[in-house]
Amino acid sequence: MITPSFRPIAGHAVLVELATEISEEVADAIVSLDRAIQEAGIEGVRETTPALVNLLVIFDPLVTDHAQVGAAVSALLPLPEKGGAAVNTREVDVCYEDGLCPDLDAVAQATGGSHESVISAHLAGDYRVGMYGFAPGFAYLAGVPEGAQVPRKPAPVRGIPAGSVMVAGPQCIVTTVKMPTGWSIIGRSPTQIMLSDPDKPFLFDVGDRVQFRRISRDDYERAVS
Amino acid sequence: MSSARLKVVHAGPLVTLQDEGRFGALRYGVSAAGPMDRLGFASANASLARPVGQTAIEVSLGGLTLECLDGPLTLAITGGAFVLSLASQNLSGWQVLTLAPGEQLSIRGGNWGSWAYVAVAGQIEAQEWLGSAATASMTNFGGGALSAGKVLTVTQAEALPGREGPISLPDHYAPPKSIRVTLGPQDRHFSAEQIAAFTQDKFTVSGAYDRMGMRLEGPSLSPEGALSIPSEPILRGSVQVAGDGRATILLADHGTTGGYPKIATVLAEDQDLLTHLRAGDVFSFTVVTSQEALQIARKEAEVRSAYLEQLAAPRATLAEKLMQENLVGGVIAETPD
Repeated sequence: MITPSFRPIAGHAVLVELATEISEEVADAIVSLDRAIQEAGIEGVRETTPALVNLLVIFDPLVTDHAQVGAAVSALLPLPEKGGAAVNTREVDVCYEDGLCPDLDAVAQATGGSHESVISAHLAGDYRVGMYGFAPGFAYLAGVPEGAQVPRKPAPVRGIPAGSVMVAGPQCIVTTVKMPTGWSIIGRSPTQIMLSDPDKPFLFDVGDRVQFRRISRDDYERAVS
Repeated sequence: MSSARLKVVHAGPLVTLQDEGRFGALRYGVSAAGPMDRLGFASANASLARPVGQTAIEVSLGGLTLECLDGPLTLAITGGAFVLSLASQNLSGWQVLTLAPGEQLSIRGGNWGSWAYVAVAGQIEAQEWLGSAATASMTNFGGGALSAGKVLTVTQAEALPGREGPISLPDHYAPPKSIRVTLGPQDRHFSAEQIAAFTQDKFTVSGAYDRMGMRLEGPSLSPEGALSIPSEPILRGSVQVAGDGRATILLADHGTTGGYPKIATVLAEDQDLLTHLRAGDVFSFTVVTSQEALQIARKEAEVRSAYLEQLAAPRATLAEKLMQENLVGGVIAETPD
């Protein structure tokens, strides 16, 4: 069983640490604990940010304090065993055709494979939303197989369009806004990640599974037109 | 009440519409945005007896010139010590004034401070994203940046002559020499010598300062073997140290997670004045415990709400003032010689 530690931050937050190393078990525990905190409606808790090995709890100092928040979170333990809540699987379409995959050549070279071997590897991955960060809707999807893994570029490239499917190491991101990035772009997706609905702002929740599906250039053009 | 229109004649970079912020979406990579100086922003709205979180203009050192197309409209200007020009007359910041149609107001940087706020006696029509008009500089989502030619529509516009004049500043509202922090949450990646340097040495604000963060020049704080730690949540005020040993304080438009260790976190109450520092300004960090930080947060909330309430308190109208004078005059007149 995972026992969290609590680190007080300023006068209005607590970092709940579940581990120092990333693992599937820790990721599951963070999703369960985050869900439990939200469902418990702990008095004074304003917002939580789940990440890879810990989660941040921001609270209203006029209502509660670090110790009370820590005690309320501890009271939610032990967490329900895995399988307590359904895991969603989200499908994301990707077009890997010319003009939409500027770094596919370089990734093929770096992995000693071909366009097709990189694409197959990318499609074969079992992805999980580890956390969000960097920019609105940038979900870090862990699970890129070795055949599509490359290190970050030495310097970021500007103006990478929204919808880019990019990889760095074992992580993949489908971008939502135009950004500079040092990640390698291997395709483009027409799937809307940013829903802009206040009740469900983005397609993924942390902990969701993601499956990529290959589409043709025609399908891509139809989807974005 | 009717509507008024303000035309942007000039706007420097990073002049944006902001409300109190977009809360609840950190988990999706969306930081709150909102004003850099939350106290200055709230004061502008309170001076016009408007809800303290409603949409106002944040002005950068790039400055702003507005022309009133339809009015009249009363405005409140707060923030750093900016200089205002109205009809070729110069005023200092922290003013309530009324623009008549055809009049122009210019706001530019003054003796100190990096941000000014312009609130209106009415409601600025602004694009919202996820329920908030706060503009995130990285994406321009929300109300957006202002640029020359843009026309702002203000609904329920009012002229409030009874509120015109200088606004009294909050206590101790000046560029800070010392910024209070709690250590951590990743201070364990730093040596005792580095923690000592962080708490005792001076830091200088570098030119790399925008709504996302403020990079500092100071002692090198290269973390020990921390470059491969898993990314962790960031909050506004996090002091992160990059691989080159330099510290950056993350502010309104911060990323929500990041892999650089956070040596300390600036108290929310000290962030407002911190944002007014400029490149070259020098300050130091003062460490407090989380218990002390909590007490500071509670005390400061009380002080601020009392101050804002006082700003918003009803003002006597001109008619009431005359009436009071007449009454006083009447009393005097009736006093027997």
